[in-house]
Amino acid sequence: MANSSSTDVKVLGAWPSPFVIRVRIALNIKSVKYEFLEETLGSKSQLLLQSNPVYKKIPVLIHGGKPISESLIIVQYIDEVWSSGPSFLPSDPYDRAIERFWAAYVDDKIFPSMKLINTAQGEEKAAIVEQVTEGLVLLEEAFQKSSKGKAFFGGDRIGFLDIAFGSMLGWLRAIEKMGGVKLLDEAKTPGLVQWAESFCADGAVKGIIPDTEKLVEFAKILVKMKGAPLGKN
Amino acid sequence: MAEVKLFRTWSSPFALRIVWALEVKGIEYEMIYEDLSNKSSMLLQYNPVYKKVPVLLHKGKPISESFVILEYIEETWKSKTPSLLPEDPYQRAMARFWAKFGDDKISPLIWEAFIKQGKDQEEALVAAHENLKYLEVELRGKKFLGGDAVGFADLAFGWLANLVSVFEEVTGVTLIDHEKFPLLLTWMQNFMDAPKIRDTWPPRDKLITKFRDLRETLMAKEPK
Repeated sequence: MANSSSTDVKVLGAWPSPFVIRVRIALNIKSVKYEFLEETLGSKSQLLLQSNPVYKKIPVLIHGGKPISESLIIVQYIDEVWSSGPSFLPSDPYDRAIERFWAAYVDDKIFPSMKLINTAQGEEKAAIVEQVTEGLVLLEEAFQKSSKGKAFFGGDRIGFLDIAFGSMLGWLRAIEKMGGVKLLDEAKTPGLVQWAESFCADGAVKGIIPDTEKLVEFAKILVKMKGAPLGKN
Repeated sequence: MAEVKLFRTWSSPFALRIVWALEVKGIEYEMIYEDLSNKSSMLLQYNPVYKKVPVLLHKGKPISESFVILEYIEETWKSKTPSLLPEDPYQRAMARFWAKFGDDKISPLIWEAFIKQGKDQEEALVAAHENLKYLEVELRGKKFLGGDAVGFADLAFGWLANLVSVFEEVTGVTLIDHEKFPLLLTWMQNFMDAPKIRDTWPPRDKLITKFRDLRETLMAKEPK
């Protein structure tokens, strides 16, 4: 499926959302041009409500008029449709299962806990930070096994798990800054520290992950609006 | 030494998904039953992150998380029909979407309706019905969510076919009614009776006892 016109591919999203970032990076890797339709904070467009009536959330990929929701499902779709581009998942089914497992882990464990850091205080906060760093140590181990000495979980190139986890780096850094905590560090997660640099420097990622400062400012706006940063998008 | 082993409990609906996938595809496997109150060292070794069932062990390598396992089975035993996922990428995305929707929305809401009483239960039911209507629409013109044969999304929702009637018997409340959800009820019956699947259901009386006890325990903890 070569050169579709850019209007054939639309992404409904918003610049701060790490889930939207996944989709944009995935399309960039495949060199697919798309129209980025930004939702306004605090309201949901008719197109969004129509395209994702079940969840009413971003990101939504609309390809040839057909909508797909849920970021990791979208990323797999992109991989399968634009199959002539570099593939996100390895060829071996077991290695694919490992990447899917850890991607789900990021969504089920890492990101939800990370979000809690900003509203937590004292002992509770310390406990959550402990939990997140333990989780990141598990990901460090996974990285060492999966990368086999290369730059990414996927090896030489960014793959599915890189996309799933890497898209969180903007918020990870913002949360570190706002919370005065260190989540990724040289001592416990040296591989991931290097990986984070490589990921953010990659051509497909540059400019997609917002600056830490911008996210910190945005978090402040969210707190005013919803009483907590990183409320439901 | 079986090449494929499945760690499960007698009643885990997540583990049942894997039983169904293996049965439906005719893949030989050995079942290892776990007692979650006394987890085996093997389970802890093979699933150190979550320490849960199901775990599939294939040639000594463990895979956890039911949807991850289903994708693995699909990709590893490519020649074994039926395929759990369609060929078309959009249809595949839809199957994955509905499966995830089941776990994210339907499961917690049905559970809420099961463990609550009175007004809380009514509210949970309303929310459950709001979301079940999407399934009802999806089933139009189809025997299964996967089409003519059981597929990924059917396996994800399979627990409904069995547990809803158990929950209804324990609570005395109709959770899914024939007027609003005729297609869903027909689907539940078709799934219940599907070959290879119909012999895998945990004993009903054991399920009734388990969930009756569980409900009593949970309700006793609720503030009045």
